[in-house]
Order: sequence, then C-alpha cells, then structure tokens
Amino acid sequence: MKGGANLLKSLDYSVLQQCMHCGLCLPTCPTYLETGRERHSPRGRISLMRAIADGELGTTRAFAEEMSFCLGCLACTSACPAGVDYGTLFEAGRAEAERSGVVSSPARSFVRFFTLRFLLFRPWALKLEARLLWVFDASGLRRLIRRSGIYSVLPKRIGELESQSLPIQRHFSDEIIRPVETPEDGVHHRVALLTGCIQDISFSDVNRATVDVLLENGCEVETPRNQSCCGSLHVHNGDLETAKALARRQIDAINPARFDAIISNSAGCGSHLKRYPHLLADDPVYAAKAAAWSAKVRDISEWLVEIGFRKPLHPQSGTLPVAVTYHEACHLCHGQKISSQPREILRALPGFELRECPESTMCCGSAGIYSLTQPRTSFWLRDRKIGHIQSTGATVVATANPGCQLHLQQGLKNQVTSSNGIHPRVAHPVVLLAEAYRKWR
Amino acid sequence: MNPTMIEDLVRLLGRENVLVEKEDLIPYSFDATAVLRKIPGAVVFPKDTAEVSEILKLSQRHKVPVVARGSGTGLSGGSVPVEGAVVVCLVRMDRFIELDARNFTLQAEAGVLTQAVYDAADAAGLFYPPDPGSMKISTIGGNVAENSGGLRGLKYGVTRDYVMGLEVVLADGEICRLGSKCVKDVAGYSLKDLFIGSEGTLGIVTEVLLKLVPKPASRQTLLATYARMDAAAETVSAIIAAKIVPCTLEFLDSKTLRCVEDFTHVGLPLDAEALLLIEVDGHPAAVADDAAKIRDLCTKSGATSVRMAKDAEESARLATARRSAFSALARMRPTTILEDATVPRSELAKMIRFIQETGSRHSLEIATFGHFGDGNLHPTFLTDERNAGEMHRVEAAMKEIFAFALSLGGTITGEHGVGLAKKAFLRGQMGDGSYSLMRQVKRALDSQNLLNPGKIFDP
Repeated sequence: MKGGANLLKSLDYSVLQQCMHCGLCLPTCPTYLETGRERHSPRGRISLMRAIADGELGTTRAFAEEMSFCLGCLACTSACPAGVDYGTLFEAGRAEAERSGVVSSPARSFVRFFTLRFLLFRPWALKLEARLLWVFDASGLRRLIRRSGIYSVLPKRIGELESQSLPIQRHFSDEIIRPVETPEDGVHHRVALLTGCIQDISFSDVNRATVDVLLENGCEVETPRNQSCCGSLHVHNGDLETAKALARRQIDAINPARFDAIISNSAGCGSHLKRYPHLLADDPVYAAKAAAWSAKVRDISEWLVEIGFRKPLHPQSGTLPVAVTYHEACHLCHGQKISSQPREILRALPGFELRECPESTMCCGSAGIYSLTQPRTSFWLRDRKIGHIQSTGATVVATANPGCQLHLQQGLKNQVTSSNGIHPRVAHPVVLLAEAYRKWR
Repeated sequence: MNPTMIEDLVRLLGRENVLVEKEDLIPYSFDATAVLRKIPGAVVFPKDTAEVSEILKLSQRHKVPVVARGSGTGLSGGSVPVEGAVVVCLVRMDRFIELDARNFTLQAEAGVLTQAVYDAADAAGLFYPPDPGSMKISTIGGNVAENSGGLRGLKYGVTRDYVMGLEVVLADGEICRLGSKCVKDVAGYSLKDLFIGSEGTLGIVTEVLLKLVPKPASRQTLLATYARMDAAAETVSAIIAAKIVPCTLEFLDSKTLRCVEDFTHVGLPLDAEALLLIEVDGHPAAVADDAAKIRDLCTKSGATSVRMAKDAEESARLATARRSAFSALARMRPTTILEDATVPRSELAKMIRFIQETGSRHSLEIATFGHFGDGNLHPTFLTDERNAGEMHRVEAAMKEIFAFALSLGGTITGEHGVGLAKKAFLRGQMGDGSYSLMRQVKRALDSQNLLNPGKIFDP
C-alpha cells in the first residue's frame, strides 16, 4: 500500500477548494464536540489536507492520526452549505496516510493484510473464520477462557477487544436463502440482494427478513452466490486499490440490466455501492459499467417506499403500543440522505409507536472498526447515544446498519440497570416489518 | 514565537491548553472569510476571565500580539491571526451564569453559542432576536465583538441593541464590568458601547449581560415574486409607508433565484427578476391584519405571485428559498466572497442595479440577496481565488461597489465588520475627524498595539 505519488497532491484541487471554512460543520462533528479543537473538525482536517496538497505540510504522523480520529460519519456533508465532497477527501486522506507509511509497523501491516486483503477479499475465508469463531463460542471454550480470569492478568486492551468480538450466527445467508425466491402472488419486480459480510455472518436473520419482506411486496429475489465484499471497509481504511478490485468483481457478479434494483440492507455498504462510479471514474472499462450498476442500487427502505410497500393490517387489540426509537446510521442519513423512509416503515408497524430520540443523526461510535482503533471516542459516543435512547423510554431501537446494531447491542448490554430491568432490543426496521407481516397478514 | 512566552503560557494554562504544533495551528489560520490566512504562533484556551487577564499581562510583558477568537465564523477576517500572534480561543468559557426572568436578562460567558442563548431564552418563554447566519456555532462573545446582525434587523435591530452589560479584559489585564441590569443607567460614559463591534482591538469580552424580549405569540410568512425589481422596491416602500414593520423582509435577485431553483426545485419562476420573503410577528390579530395588508400591497405594486403560508410547515417551505440562497450560490464556483454593502433602503433599487452593471462590466458573476428591509445587501462574488486576473477584477468591482454605496449615504459593512477585508475602504467612509478619533481611542486603550493589531485600521 506504500509508495506512489502523494494522493492529496494528485487529488482534484477544486474538491479541497470547495470548503469555504464557514464553520457550519462544527456543531455536527462528533470529534469536534468531544475536544473543541479545530484540528478535530471537518474544516480543520480539510485545511490540513489542503496544506499537504499545497506542499506547506508533509504527510506527518500527526496528520495520519488525525485521519484515523475522524469517524468518517459524514455528518459534516449534511450540514455543509457548499456541498463539499468530504467523503472523497476522507478516503484520499486515509489512503495518503497509508501510502506515506508514517504509521506503518510490521504488526500493523500484517493485521491490515490479513483483514483487508485476505479475510475481506475472499468470502470463503471470512466464512471459515466465522465458523471457527462460532465453534469457539458454541463449544463453551470462550466461556471457559473468560471464566479462567485470564483477561484480568492480560493487558486491559485485550479484554476490551475480546468483549467486542462479533457474535456469529449458526446459519449464514446462503443456508437460509435460496438462490432465487419467487413471490406467490406474482412477480412485479425483479431484484438482486446483497448479503454483505458482517450482515452475513452476524445478522443473516436480517438478510432472511429482507427476502421475506421483498417477497411480500411482489419482488422476485435473486441472491447471487458469487458476490463479494463491497469494499467499503477498504476505502475507509485507506486501501483504494483493493477496494477497486472488489468493486470490479462485484460489478461483474451482477448484471444490472437483469434487475429493477440491487438491494442492500446495510447502510455502510449501500453508501459505498452508490459511490462505485466515483471510485472507478478513471477506469476506462469499468467507469460506464459502474454508473449503470450503481444507478440500480437501493437501500431496502428506500426501495420499499419507492414501490409503495404494503402496510401490515392493524390489530384490533387495546394493548399499549410498544415504543420504538430510530437511530439513524450515518451512512444512511448522511451517506445516502435517507431519513424518512425507515421511519415510514416503523410508523406502518401495527402495535408500535415511534418516539424520536435526540441527536438521532449523530454517530453511535461504531464507524467500521472505529471501536477498535479509537475506543475512547467510540465509547464516549456510544454512552451519549444510549443516554438519548433511554430518555425516550423505548424498548426497541431500530437501526439499519450491522455495525451500529452490534455496537448498540453491546453498549446496552453493558448498562448495569435499565428502568424496567430489561435491555432494549436492537433490530433492523425490515426485521420488525417481516415480523409484522407474519403476525398480521 | 518567543519561547519564554510559550513556557509562561504552559505554566499558566497547562500543556493541553496551549497549541504550538503545525498540525494544530494550521486549522486556526483562518475564519470564514475567503482568501485571508495566517498561521498563528500559538493557540490558547483559557477557562475563565482570570486566565484571560493573565494571558494579556504576559502579552504585555513579552510584547506578543493577541487575537481573540470564538468559533471563527466571522466574515471580515476579524479573528484571522496576525503574524506571530497568540490566538486566545474562548470556546471553553461556555457557562451560563443567570437567566433573570423578572428583569428579562441573560448573563453568560463569551464562549456560549448564540443558538444556546436563543434556546435558553426560548425555554423561558422569552426571545433573543439577533440571528446571524452562523448562530448554530458562533459564540455570543464573537457576536458582540463584531456587532453581528441577522434577518430580523428591520424590526429588532442587531446585537448592540441587546447588550446591557459586558465584562471586558483590557490590554494590561485589568478586568472591567460595564453596564448593568437597569433599563435606565446613565452613570458615566456608555463604555460598553465602545467595545461592541471593536473586533478585539480594544479589549477581550469575557462575559455578556443580554436583554431578552417576550416571545412573539404568532407569526406569518409571505413569498412574493416580481417581473421587475423596481416593483419589489415599491412594495417595500409601500409596506413601510403603511406603518407596518415586518420582522423579516428578504430579497433575492434574478441570479440568486435561478441558482436557488436549480438547487432546491421549490418551484420559483425562473423569469422573475426579484423575490421577497416577508415575515410579520406579534399579537395574532395584528399579525393577521398586517399579513392581509401586505398581500394587497404586494399585488398592487405589481407582484406576479404572492403566497401566504397556511401553517408553520408551509412557512418553513417558503423560507427555504431564502435560507438556501447562500448554499446554492456557494456551489457555483470554487471561491465565494460574501460582501455586505449597505444603503438606506430608499436607495436599494439603484444599488442593486449598479451591482449588476458592475458585474457585467468586469465580466464577473455577482449574485445579490439580502435584507431589503434594512438596506443590508449581500453582493456575492462567485469566483476562483487561483485565477489572479479574475481576482483583480473582483477587487476593482468591489471598490466601485463600496464607493457607490457611500455615495448613496450607505456603509461598507452592514453586519460583518471591517476586520482585514474592508480595512482599505474604511478611510473613504470616515472622512472627517471620526477616523482620527478612533485612532485616539485605540492608542489610549492599547498603547503597545498588541490587541488584534492591524485590524479595522492602522493606528
């Protein structure tokens, strides 16, 4: 990943110049809110990138650390009056930090190679590792090790990391979703489903629910077996080359002309999938293909509202409604500007009442692997988010991204007490909708 | 930067509150003004007035200039660092001291955000009217230092009209409390007024005592479009002649309007030459009456369409056109320079036409919007700072626009302040003894010229 030309110098300068440093991004930036320092703000980071592009500053270690501190939540892009493409700047900044090698070490390089270029490049490898983790869990080995008290003698960081490990589903998506599933009442739309990486191994039930809901709404669902990782974790971690390879592979795996939509139910993936034309803009073969491909990408909630999804029938019961609150995944509300559609789904749920939580568009601190790289800020944001969630009294938290779901689940579990002794359930809106369809046909 | 000064600052504030690394300083080298930039020697974050006082004493001892800064959202370069300066950033001083509902006052530290002041007043059923465009992040201390305006100037005035008292630290570190909660207070010189709008050149504002007013019970929004700009100007004259004072009376010219429509698709007529957004507030009966009269006056003056909002939601929709004006323009070209030449409102049509002519004469894109009610215009230059030739033409056009505004009895800045951006034009406006009076004041309060030196004018 090292070597080559300075990526900020070769970036289209007008993207940097578009920032007029008005400061309207500041109140929406989690890291600026935490520290109150301009360096940790969007316009501050852009000023550093511009200084590097201008040759005034080298790609220093402090710069690389700054780019790692940025969550990439894109809240600044929703607040920006000038339409600055911070997503592109963020990706270029992180890639430049990697290219320069200012933060590289043998251990770090190995971890990066193993995760980004091995596990997340080969779906079979990820599934194999996930299966091993599942066995580790199911066999009781994990519990045994935890009970042994070994984490209390190891450095604190290792125990922290262990507690954040992924929960693994017994069945992955391919085992519970057939390659093609056809609705009983006739086909109105044909869609392809992307099952994701983390979604696939940790939340295959969300993928199953997505298929169920699509079938209920007249969509024939094809789930290609040869799909790969979308590459979003790669661009967010400065590995543009692997991201491009994965994007090309994904484009080849699904012919967009055959489908009305390509469905993603993971906000982080969807946001990146819609940026393929940008990622591959300089690729003579794939630029046009990427444009056609990404034009078909829809988040599941976006698609359901677009086709006028069927609202489940209302129950006739007089019981109190279940309070649900909605946490907006950054890469849905800021990355894709999708805010109203998931709420439309939640409002359609019989027996539920949607209660808005304060700062619903603020990052929960999950942000890809941010909870591993920047635990202090990640947990600060999570505590803040959980406080807001609890202030609503909701017993269900809906969110449409696997990273947020995991992070919030772990955070809520760690809360010593909740008002009624029950921890709120975290669920994807589409899972709640699928349940409602089953219950109230 | 003097190393002993840094050591003294670190001893005073702690290492975490003194920034000296390049990566920390570059993000403090600018405010929201286009083009202006200077890397400071250090940035410090005091937590209270006593620390500000100590910092200023150090500045005197080491002869190091000091630039006060809030959130850095100013539009004239008031908080852009000067060579070798210590930037005193007041954002940590963000405590509310008191909201006095019996006297309608609010006391807060300088680093409290303007939006937080508004929210605190609102929660008590009161109203803090000044609403500069950056109020979500601007600090109240910065608003006082620049005497910021906003959309409600016509009826409610500007920041100055709400300052009852200030705590100020002078150049030598002396702490002064000026003004009081008394509506009537004529004891001595009105010194607080000297510091309002002084842009950190006379002292550093550390605390404010603000006047609040009762929250208006009702409001109504109207949107009118015009095929001729003169008809829009006539409408404004007619509204004022009818003794109606709207709280908001905003204007977009044809270029701004087309950019806004491109960006928002709210359905504005693309052939319109002007748009007015009008809002009245107050007692519900008065609001209904005024709104109906305004609608008739718009029609009589030749509006091609008049829309009156049915509810708050529609009000917000109508206001979108005005609220997104700057955003829409900022996307057009790499550099956006927002000016605020202001004229008596009777001269507005003349001024707007001159701006448009000047733009085409210099082959520049200038879009104009602004506060029609108070004559405060925002000619906005859409340009590219890397194009030297074009930037020269921008400079030439700006000079002509300011000269024309002055010839109409106007001012070079209605609400942004002079700072660095308009320093060159101030002399033209203050021809008589007032310019040297300012110098005398500056010399009396800052004999060493260490407080934001070189801003507004050279002493």
